[in-house]
Amino acid sequence: MNLTLRIWRQKNRQTPGHFETCEAKDVSPDMSFLEMLDVVNEGLIQGGQEPIAFDSDCREGICGMCSLVINGIPHGGQRGTATCQLHMRHFKDGETITVEPWRARAFGILKDLATDRSALDRIIQAGGFISVNTGGAPDGNTLPVSKETADRAMDAAACIGCGACVAVCKNASAMLFVAAKVSHLNLLPQGKAEKDRRVLNMVRQMDAEGFGNCTVTGSCEAVCPKEINLAFIAKMNRDYGLALLKGA
Amino acid sequence: MKLDAHIPSGPLAAKWDKHRFEMKLVNPANKRKFEVIVVGSGLAGASAAASLAELGYRVKCFCFQDSPRRAHSIAAQGGINAAKNYQNDGDSVYRLFYDTVKGGDFRSREANVYRLAQVSANIIDQCVAQGVPFAREYGGLLANRSFGGAQVSRTFYARGQTGQQLLLGAYQALSRQISCGAVQMFPRMEMLDLVVIDGQARGIVARNLVSGEITSHPAEAVVLASGGYANVFFLSTNAKGCNVTATWRACKKGALFANPCFTQIHPTCIPVSGEHQSKLTLMSESLRNDGRVWVPKRAEDCRKPPGAISEPDRDYYLERKYPSFGNLAPRDISSRAAKEVCDSGRGVGPGGRGVYLDFAEAIQRLGQGVVRERYGNLFDMYEKITGENAYATPMRIYPAAHYVMGGLWVDYNMMSNLPGLFVIGEANFSDHGANRLGASALMQGLADGYFILPYTLGHYFASAKPPKVTTSHPEFKKAEHEAVAFTARLLSVKGKRTALSLHRELGKLLWDKCGMARSEAGLKEALKRIPELRAEFWSNVYVPGSGGELNQALEYAGRVADFMEFAELLCLDALARRESCGGHFREEFQTADGEALRDDEHFAYVAAWEYQGPDRPPVMHREPLVYEEVHMSTRSYK
Repeated sequence: MNLTLRIWRQKNRQTPGHFETCEAKDVSPDMSFLEMLDVVNEGLIQGGQEPIAFDSDCREGICGMCSLVINGIPHGGQRGTATCQLHMRHFKDGETITVEPWRARAFGILKDLATDRSALDRIIQAGGFISVNTGGAPDGNTLPVSKETADRAMDAAACIGCGACVAVCKNASAMLFVAAKVSHLNLLPQGKAEKDRRVLNMVRQMDAEGFGNCTVTGSCEAVCPKEINLAFIAKMNRDYGLALLKGA
Repeated sequence: MKLDAHIPSGPLAAKWDKHRFEMKLVNPANKRKFEVIVVGSGLAGASAAASLAELGYRVKCFCFQDSPRRAHSIAAQGGINAAKNYQNDGDSVYRLFYDTVKGGDFRSREANVYRLAQVSANIIDQCVAQGVPFAREYGGLLANRSFGGAQVSRTFYARGQTGQQLLLGAYQALSRQISCGAVQMFPRMEMLDLVVIDGQARGIVARNLVSGEITSHPAEAVVLASGGYANVFFLSTNAKGCNVTATWRACKKGALFANPCFTQIHPTCIPVSGEHQSKLTLMSESLRNDGRVWVPKRAEDCRKPPGAISEPDRDYYLERKYPSFGNLAPRDISSRAAKEVCDSGRGVGPGGRGVYLDFAEAIQRLGQGVVRERYGNLFDMYEKITGENAYATPMRIYPAAHYVMGGLWVDYNMMSNLPGLFVIGEANFSDHGANRLGASALMQGLADGYFILPYTLGHYFASAKPPKVTTSHPEFKKAEHEAVAFTARLLSVKGKRTALSLHRELGKLLWDKCGMARSEAGLKEALKRIPELRAEFWSNVYVPGSGGELNQALEYAGRVADFMEFAELLCLDALARRESCGGHFREEFQTADGEALRDDEHFAYVAAWEYQGPDRPPVMHREPLVYEEVHMSTRSYK
């Protein structure tokens, strides 16, 4: 099939960007969205033009490096699917597809469709860990964790840190990302000792990075490639409230 | 050059304990005087960087991705082995050791593998303490499964995302050290050269992938944890960014490259769908626990839908050929068996390069609900890529390049022949011999980073006492200058072909001539063709843009240039190893029934290659493999 792409081009952080139109010809329905862009880039390079910069690595939906707002929806709107796993069979011949980078005050655009998501790393650095040094850990089975708790922690831990939740949110809020990590660690008995300071520090860093507030529209859950549940935000709010009350 | 693996003396089971006591220690107050560079932030790199920082060393960690959380360890699905024997099914440190040595077709070092099995149990404890959400039984204890050719249940897992969860554990530990200033993190930075001063590794030159700036970084030791080179085949299950650049450039600076021909082809990947394909996707081999592999008995049935082929007309070839292991036969054996049936014209799907992995019986026996709970995410992934529902129709799978056992040569201390250059994880050659067992890569990466390097690096500092150097040293200037010149050279060719098209051509050549089956004639053909292709690259590649900006085409072209050189070494090694073992199958060396024919008398050694410059062939050094504990039996899974 043949497609028309309206793609965001931007030279670097400082230069304002704009949309450019290019054609994607002979697209196979078995291609992933990124493979389609690879083919477009091959054509651009051969035509002596600059290829479109975009991030990707594992291309199997787990590393969280790929992004792209496709027709207004981060990762393109297939439920539970990252852009690298979105296949062209979901598009129609002759369609015009608009492709933009993640947009949020806390994410800068580095070039074209590649963004700077280091703010998410800094939130994890503020408290998204359990403070144990290597060595000296007790036997793994000394601390039983109920299957229900382990499963729920795993549901939260499945977050791949792509930032789609931020990109879709009208407030550019990172609440789902932060809530996933807070919930993963706070649910487990191993994470209990630092429960209060963790949530307070991570929320403080989230605010400092310039992410917006949560108004519970639920758009984050809808676009999350790992379908992280909105209820984790409620859990984080509860943990946060309790920590404040305790004056931790 | 004499290769000394520095294996401690004494009985196998006591070697590591004895060595730990004999190694020198660095005074806690002195640790901050030592700076360590870690290249790569996967399981090995992140765990090493975090653990070394916890000890008090100053650490600089580099990764080319935008965040250390993205390294390709994240894609491992199945699990991690550990000799915990929680299931009371006969596992032990010795059994994990023996299985790994045997699985590696007796081409790994006994002492290294034994230590790996010993520390495996500590890894699980460490990861649980970090909050890795491993699967649990209803009683709250850790769950296990049998995986990848093991007859005991020793694999720990977190749904189908074990690699991700283990990496996040290491990433979180690393993040904690970054927040307290003990680790300086450099994301979107790529190592372009190793700096060697007076024979010691003393730092690296790296390019900032956003600004294009090339800078020098001095240290008392350099740790390469930069992963494997399976992308030399162009199509592999590795992430797009995985490359040989860090290890190859270290090799060009004098580090020996060991056993490059030991590459692993994974049997359960989604088949190639077309020329546009950028990578292949692995379906966890845990699927083989419940799925049955088959092809039609008759070639004329291959075009029929699988449901139309009746039971007696199906050939469950793994169950037929290997009755005691059946569908769980090790990776090298399963891959070759798939190739064999496809070569005989009985492959299924487009191009006839595929076999069925059928869950009909498991669904009947367990119910769709149980199958969904075990493998739901994998079935979903399969459907996303192929558009087919594997609950209703069998999956189609085919082998793909997946992992490499070869890597830079290291001794028992994980140090290369260059003092101060340590190599851990997939980037080294050390523990898997000629074939890696499932769920052992995660184990090795974390063993190296958490529990081995933190000891052996301290010993190096305490005994070698490397003098201070600064980036004004001529060797840094020279390496920086060369890196700048290399980049400029790539940009100046201004030919007609893209790096991608050249990489694809190289990969296809290697897959055909040096993939699942290799022959002298094929390898010689490849060795003739590779230099031609390399010449074509340097005379006809077109790299757009400039060096002073984010330029992904330039990054990629640099990696392809290294693959173009490294591929030759891979084929040379495959040609020199005139035997079949593990992932290395030479057509000339097989038994009457087509099994690998190993030659212990002549080839029980590690082949470590020394680079001699661009115009001279590399020199092979041999480290003999001595088996004191186990008998080198013929591997049989029948």
